[in-house]
Amino acid sequence: MRQGAGWLSLGLLLCGFRAAQTTLDPAADQAAQSDVVWRTMLAVCGLMYLLVMAFLAWALLKASRRRAEVPPAVGHTAAEPALERGLAGWGALILAGLVGLTTVSFLVDRTLAEVGRDPLKIKVTANQWWWQADYEGATPSEQFSTANELHLPVNRTAVIELHAGDVIHSFWAPNLGGKEDLIPGRTNYLRLTPRRTGVFRAQCAEFCGLQHAKMALTITVDRPADFEAWRRHQLGTPPAPSNAEAQAGQHLFHTRACVMCHRVGGTDAGATVGPDLSHIASRPTLAAGTLPNTPEALAGWITDPQGLKPGASMPKVSLSGPELSAVVAYLETLK
Amino acid sequence: VSAIEEMEGVVDAVGPLHDELSRTWATPGGLWGVLTTVDAKVIGRRYVATGLAFFVLGGILAVLMRLQLARPESGLIGPDRYNQIFSMHGTTMMFLFAVPIMEAMGVYLVPLMVGARTIAFPRLNAFSYWIYLAGGVMLYVAFVLNIGPEAGWFAYVPLSGPEYSAGKRTDFWAQMVTFTEVAGLAVAVALIATIMKMRAPGMTLARMPLFVWSMLTTSGMVLLAMPAIMLATSFLISDRLIGTHFYNTAEGGSSLLYQHLFWFFGHPEVYIIFLPGLGMVSEITATFSRRSVFGYPVMVLALVATGFLAFGLWVHHMFATGLPRMGDSFFTAASMIIALPSGVQIFCWIATLWDGRPRFATPLLFVIGFIITFVLGGLTGVMAASIPLDLQIHDTYFIVAHLHYVLIGGAVFPLLGAIHYWFPKAVGRMPSETLGKLSFWLVFVGFHTAFFPMHLLGLMGMPRRVYTYAADMGWNGLNLLSTVGALILASGVGVFLVNLILSARRGRPAGANPWGAPGLEWAVSSPPPNYSFAYAPVVEGREPLWAAPRGLAVMDGLRSDQREVLLTTISDAQPAVRYSSPEPSIWPFLTALTCTAMFIGSIFDEWAVVWGSLPIAVAIIGWFWPKPPHSQPPVAAEPPPGALA
Repeated sequence: MRQGAGWLSLGLLLCGFRAAQTTLDPAADQAAQSDVVWRTMLAVCGLMYLLVMAFLAWALLKASRRRAEVPPAVGHTAAEPALERGLAGWGALILAGLVGLTTVSFLVDRTLAEVGRDPLKIKVTANQWWWQADYEGATPSEQFSTANELHLPVNRTAVIELHAGDVIHSFWAPNLGGKEDLIPGRTNYLRLTPRRTGVFRAQCAEFCGLQHAKMALTITVDRPADFEAWRRHQLGTPPAPSNAEAQAGQHLFHTRACVMCHRVGGTDAGATVGPDLSHIASRPTLAAGTLPNTPEALAGWITDPQGLKPGASMPKVSLSGPELSAVVAYLETLK
Repeated sequence: VSAIEEMEGVVDAVGPLHDELSRTWATPGGLWGVLTTVDAKVIGRRYVATGLAFFVLGGILAVLMRLQLARPESGLIGPDRYNQIFSMHGTTMMFLFAVPIMEAMGVYLVPLMVGARTIAFPRLNAFSYWIYLAGGVMLYVAFVLNIGPEAGWFAYVPLSGPEYSAGKRTDFWAQMVTFTEVAGLAVAVALIATIMKMRAPGMTLARMPLFVWSMLTTSGMVLLAMPAIMLATSFLISDRLIGTHFYNTAEGGSSLLYQHLFWFFGHPEVYIIFLPGLGMVSEITATFSRRSVFGYPVMVLALVATGFLAFGLWVHHMFATGLPRMGDSFFTAASMIIALPSGVQIFCWIATLWDGRPRFATPLLFVIGFIITFVLGGLTGVMAASIPLDLQIHDTYFIVAHLHYVLIGGAVFPLLGAIHYWFPKAVGRMPSETLGKLSFWLVFVGFHTAFFPMHLLGLMGMPRRVYTYAADMGWNGLNLLSTVGALILASGVGVFLVNLILSARRGRPAGANPWGAPGLEWAVSSPPPNYSFAYAPVVEGREPLWAAPRGLAVMDGLRSDQREVLLTTISDAQPAVRYSSPEPSIWPFLTALTCTAMFIGSIFDEWAVVWGSLPIAVAIIGWFWPKPPHSQPPVAAEPPPGALA
């Protein structure tokens, strides 16, 4: 019974239905194009593999039927001309297959370079170990910054400008498209044209140090109206806290270490060393996909960041119990 | 069987000649002999054993990684230790196991296969072993002291640079590269000279065993590829120690420069590792099929073509770095086309089996396992050559699967088969077939259980080099399966090594040619005498022992009271010069020791380069101090009657 369930889950896994991020379930043009190459490759290479295995099986079967001890065969044998013809045919088949695959690959690669009209422009900067996203706009009032999350409108190409703040990282959202490195001193571009709404996971794909494993971001593909609503909301500043505990939390935020690194829109907190916290309460995860964004997880993260993500730049800030609840209460107001 | 026995020991000397040659080529006893020997067979055996020891260490690290990844969010190994472990695993397997052991097999086998008394430049060869050993020991001592590498076996800047890899960890890694590459270059030079100038009379280029062709190609590639990595790591260590800015973007350097230099070495490195494997496969296939390898000229051309093409592929490791797409496309085409020579060779081996009379001894099982595994790895390599597909699978577990299919399938399977195959020659006793077959099946089943699921994990989005993953990623089952496979694989390697140890003590004594093989190395007794060949064998075909079952023609005329070897012409192998070969010497060891002091010293203080070079100079002066002249000046040997004109 358990074995049957195991096979079933394996089968589901093979179809790519269960993985949190997968190349086998494309939701954007770029991933779909890579998928076309994958299917073509799988068919052609699979066929070639079967041919080789068939020849090997034939050779082994033939061998098991002839065991006579004879002096070794030196030089040409009777079968040589047939084998030579076989070799020439095999070489020609390989060559034809390779030319075909190279052509498919080249043509698909050309389509990857296409950009639709009016692309959305986003600048993503990778740092050890989190993502900063700056949405561009015509004027400064149309620009905003967020962290470890992206929202993209469906059916519109997003051109993502890639930068690195420290070491090399790689931006990879398997369901949406191939990866592209973020390299200090260089600017790279990645195009994504989502065709399906939903929430997709992306992760750093280039080894970037201690917490390379915990550097994810969430990409939400929205209908255009929902995206516009989200964008408007991000442009606004969070309202000032209304209850006493949250106000105390805001005071602590401004007088303790928090303010040294983080920015909160509409307040005096303006540092850009760590993630912008203006709308932190509306984000799906904390610490670049390390924790779910719940008040308890947030309190845990503030209490012991080095225990949850050793090596992260977030220091341990010593706060008493009531102080911690106040800070969490304040951050929870930053919707 | 009777035909085989007649072939035994045909070139061995007996009586007074044997005694005199043994005295002339003797290595002193005791520790002094251990340190001063220049016997290529002794050094080759030592080199192989050391390589296997590093293989075991690298394998233990691999098992630790698999144990950590067996469960999601496992707390078995922390991120810092895990990153050191995977860096050490890659570094060990690439720099301390794969390349050295392949060259070591060449050091032992090539002189015997070409019918030479010893290797060219025997002292350089001895130096190579000591410097390799010193580099490997230094790296493991550093690892145990928690200063092991942490930035991967590839050590990309700026992560490995002064700002993000503080301390001495990366410096030890970079100096280890210096050690192993110096060792590799030295062996490559010795092998090329041996193959070009010391082949037995009549062994023209067109009659060279395919393993020798593969070692010639490999050694040429080493000469071209290794300087690139030494440049890359020397720039890195200068950036780290004396503040140069080769890779510092802020000061006009380039981090991509490092990747270009690294992969200009790193991609040919893959072929440096498995071309010798292909040569081993050819030798084993011929012997156990009892038929010469089908398509010899095609095989040679394929080896050499692979050697050239291998230098035109390196950018396929960098498709995601944002280089111009048009240029990338050329590297796609080059990466695809290298499948042609490999595919053609696969056909030739299967054709040899098809037309031969195969006997399924352990070495041939490893060859069949090689074909099944390596072809799959080659085909996933074709997939990775395509830019749109590579951008999805690059830096995922799909590539981890691919590279292990190519390197374990393409190099380790043939190597294990080859060690089993040549073990009786080197040790004089037969390995157990029962344990051999058991080890093959454990290795084969364990390998595929461990690595096939990784293809799927990569497609399902699992990146490489992660120390853990969340439980809800959908990767749990396949990772557990992979760990189970790794444990089976490890037990197979264990059985293989136990077989070697037991057989070395209690194995049935092997005759000169227990497998009925065609090559010259089987013409001498097992293990070969210290002078290898009393007379230079005369070769009249590609399979000398099969063509002359009643005994080889030989050529006399080499001195027996002094160390003397025969040099022949490059393409036709006509006897040209009698040449003296050096006596045992302590200087290679002392030179390696002084180089080690300088290399390690320079990790801590740049002035060590200056002061450290003085003892090296003394050692090298000792090494090159003029010897008393050869009692008779070397003259062109008279071809004796019966030798090839």
